[in-house]
Amino acid sequence: MTRLTEHPILSFNRGDKLTFYFNGTPMTAFRGETVAAALHANRVFTLSRSVRHHRPRGFFCAIGKCASCMMEVNGIPNVKTCLCPVEEGMQVRSQEGWGIIRDRKSVSADRRRMDIPVTETEIAVVGGGPAGLSAALAASAHGARVMIFDENPVPGGQLIKQTHMFFGSKAQYAKSRGMDIGNLLIRQMNSRVTMETESSVIGFYPGFQLAVLIRGIMHLISPSKIIVATGASENMLAFPNNDLPGVYGAGAVQTLMNVHGILPGKRVLMIGAGNIGVIVAYQLLQAGVDVAAIVEASPRIGAYQVHASKIRRCGVPILTRHTIIEATGKERVEGAVIGKVDDQWQVIPGTHQKIDVDTICLAVGLRPSSELFAQAGCRMVYISELGGDVPWRNKNLETSIQGLFVAGDAAGIEEASSAMLEGRLAGLVAVEQLVGSKPEIRKEKAAVTGALAELRNGPFGEKTRVGESKINKGSGQ
Amino acid sequence: MNFLQDGVLKLKDLRVPDKKRMAGGPVAVIECVQEIPCNPCVESCPQQAIHINGDINGIPVLDFERCTGCGLCLAQCPGLAIFLLNQCHKPDCALLGIPYEFIPLPEKGDIVELLDRAGKPCGQGRVFQIRNHKNQDRTPIVFLEVDKALLMTARHFRKMASEK
Repeated sequence: MTRLTEHPILSFNRGDKLTFYFNGTPMTAFRGETVAAALHANRVFTLSRSVRHHRPRGFFCAIGKCASCMMEVNGIPNVKTCLCPVEEGMQVRSQEGWGIIRDRKSVSADRRRMDIPVTETEIAVVGGGPAGLSAALAASAHGARVMIFDENPVPGGQLIKQTHMFFGSKAQYAKSRGMDIGNLLIRQMNSRVTMETESSVIGFYPGFQLAVLIRGIMHLISPSKIIVATGASENMLAFPNNDLPGVYGAGAVQTLMNVHGILPGKRVLMIGAGNIGVIVAYQLLQAGVDVAAIVEASPRIGAYQVHASKIRRCGVPILTRHTIIEATGKERVEGAVIGKVDDQWQVIPGTHQKIDVDTICLAVGLRPSSELFAQAGCRMVYISELGGDVPWRNKNLETSIQGLFVAGDAAGIEEASSAMLEGRLAGLVAVEQLVGSKPEIRKEKAAVTGALAELRNGPFGEKTRVGESKINKGSGQ
Repeated sequence: MNFLQDGVLKLKDLRVPDKKRMAGGPVAVIECVQEIPCNPCVESCPQQAIHINGDINGIPVLDFERCTGCGLCLAQCPGLAIFLLNQCHKPDCALLGIPYEFIPLPEKGDIVELLDRAGKPCGQGRVFQIRNHKNQDRTPIVFLEVDKALLMTARHFRKMASEK
């Protein structure tokens, strides 16, 4: 069975059963599933073929960040099927190369119209994850009208698939499971907050406007303040056959397994022993999937010891100083070859080992999704400790463009607990600029800033501290 | 190999109760040795027996003398890193409490295969009790009767191979 019915943490309340068509063949799905997830449950792993070499492509990130899952849906090519909810009677076709519009009538007239509606709001929040939701909550609590835009069918960002209990302190929802924190934040929203899902912010325009595709229709949003909390995307790793269907980002495996209750495969090789790698490996075991090993090129496990111990006592080896050399298989992953590396990160000859797996899961770090800042013309800085290109900002998270804020992983890769605090801080500063300084806002700001500093105070906060100090010094190239 | 290389804690990494305390009835052990930003264990203890030094990143220290072995902290630890040890359970066996987030949950009386911190089989245990209150938020605690010699060794279990 690829669809889970029982799980130690989750209960799956699937929607109505429906029928959609893949290349003309009827297939079963449940309302609430995305096209990519439903296809996976029907054992369709190849969604498209690459432009030049016609290599099979499956999905990689499952959250709309990569372009690996694009297919033709109801005649429209290049639809990100990982974001697109499956519908009754939907015609889904695998895509060859660039994709072509077969029938111009399928592209409806209102998608091409020129009278684009303009909507005014006080604060626009881009991204409905932990940072964005917290920003909206904080700002609306002090009276601001807020619109949140999120690309996914349901808000919550990556919280919705975190089945494990969070760390941190009680004020940051410690020991609650991530998925419950997301729901809690959403339930707290007041009527001043509007949530637009399946909505992509595609550009920042002069006059402080955002172009937003809300469920396929273009809108212009004219806010006074903008908080961008677009999160991060998963890093790729270079090895032969890394594009085969069956090579997934760790977050994609979580989406498939913990949001849709669909098993990614039978036996998985996890690459990367940071927190995400060991946590997702543990979640795979909870779903009944076999984890062959966790491979880590560095000599040290990056994850918290408690997470690593959890997976070790279940009998899953963590192979430090090992790397993946290649994935094997023609249309789909059929195995992996790993090897030991020396001090110079070179594979030691003769240490090759074949691992029998049908899924390879990459947890080799994240990169801030900071494209919107670059497009807006924000001053950008490259800071390796924060994961890559991030917008410069002051201590109030305001970028070089006045009134445009950053929060969460888009500001630098960290944890959800710090993302929630950053979101709150950005929300408070934005509302303060709108309504003027008030003692209660100042007090809350001080509390949030203090909690952030405390979270980052330990050895695991060092990277963030170094990254932040580079920004404050104005350096970072 | 240290735990940073293989993820397995050794006895020397841990603070454990002395023989006298072990002879004095149930007691918890916290197998959390890194400075990470986390503190729910501190608040979970009705005896205020768990402290972390400095800020939230401090390593939790359990005062074994104050600990009554109630086991409330086990399900509240996000790292599933707290275990309950009772050497005085019965003359011929000890009781070991393990947080267990897998299905199917075993049943009382089941014989299970004990696994050590590296997942290696190290003996057998018998399920004595399962604690799964609502306030544990889906982290059941499985209490196993085990050989007294395995109380510091066994940290997980699975169904007997023959039952698979």
